[in-house]
Amino acid sequence: MCYSSLETVEQTESQKPRVTPLALFLAFSRISLSSFGGAIFWARRQLIEKQRWLTEREFLDLFTLGQLLPGPNVLNLTVMVGYRFAGWTGAAAAVAGFLGWPCLVVVGMGVLYQHYGALPQVQMALAGMSSVAAGLLLATVIKLAMVLPRRWQSWLFGALAFVGVGVMRWPLLWVIGALAPWAVFAAWKERE
Amino acid sequence: MGRVRGVERARVVMERVDLTALFLHFLALWFVAVGGPSAILPDVHRYLVEVHHLLTNTEFAEIYTLAQVAPGPNVMYVTLIGWHLAGWKGVAATTIPLLVPATTLTLLVGHLNERYPDARIFRAIRRGLMPMTIGLVFASATILMRAVNHDWRGYLITLLTVVVALRKPWNPLWLFAAAALAGMMGFV
Repeated sequence: MCYSSLETVEQTESQKPRVTPLALFLAFSRISLSSFGGAIFWARRQLIEKQRWLTEREFLDLFTLGQLLPGPNVLNLTVMVGYRFAGWTGAAAAVAGFLGWPCLVVVGMGVLYQHYGALPQVQMALAGMSSVAAGLLLATVIKLAMVLPRRWQSWLFGALAFVGVGVMRWPLLWVIGALAPWAVFAAWKERE
Repeated sequence: MGRVRGVERARVVMERVDLTALFLHFLALWFVAVGGPSAILPDVHRYLVEVHHLLTNTEFAEIYTLAQVAPGPNVMYVTLIGWHLAGWKGVAATTIPLLVPATTLTLLVGHLNERYPDARIFRAIRRGLMPMTIGLVFASATILMRAVNHDWRGYLITLLTVVVALRKPWNPLWLFAAAALAGMMGFV
């Protein structure tokens, strides 16, 4: 992250493409409907390679910011991209495209689940699939942990968050409230 | 966990769904959901399954899994939970809170970040919170594993998934399809 975002900003001011809210809605609909298991791959492909609205660097900048903020990363990215190109209307159009379709699909699945969820065949299929869902989460953790800096503070805060929320089953708000200030303070100190 | 599992298929007595409380709980969660939808999963499970008994352990896991095989961001499991609990009103109660931090905080910080590009505080926040995110996602994985895997066969599928996901660039949908087949043939 050693590049300057200022450069990025100036660059976009000068050559920011003209994008209508409708184009934003369509592009984010496409991203959303093609993204099975994580939208980031498709967002990158659509925004950088297909539409050429963002450069690689601008995309990384917005994505990193989206990760730092609460909420789903790609949704944060969606809001920022929409707003950057077409203000509030753009942000609304991008979000509608990104969340609207999956919302309908998922409700359709809910209807099917309520009708057929109790059938033995469906139960057995779902049992197998749920074990896969758990495995995918575990794989995500391992991938994330591999890029974690090799410092004991990082592992300490990770372990405390796991024990508080996963073992003690304390409310997330308390655990984050108690740990986050110390974790950020430790990271802040460390640069000196 | 043990006591919840014991009464699982028997279906615990349903509390009446308090939509306002549900809305407020999700709203509060999203403001601390650094790390995204997987980081809040343990608390969504705690609130719905353990505290309020609105879902059984198995229903929770099945709903989460269904949302994973649907197109769209991973976060849609909260929408499906809302639908399952209270139809369209439930969808609104669980999905609208998701938009609030994204439209307020994100835009505010987006502006600040462009104005003060090398703010040290942003780096410190990211570096400080990342390990906690990993701890929270690990908690999600263990909670889900305990909810879905009843014997060694479930754990075997989970383990195989981890190995494949780390080593092969395959689309996870193939794994879901294979596991669904294995389940229907009576393996799980």
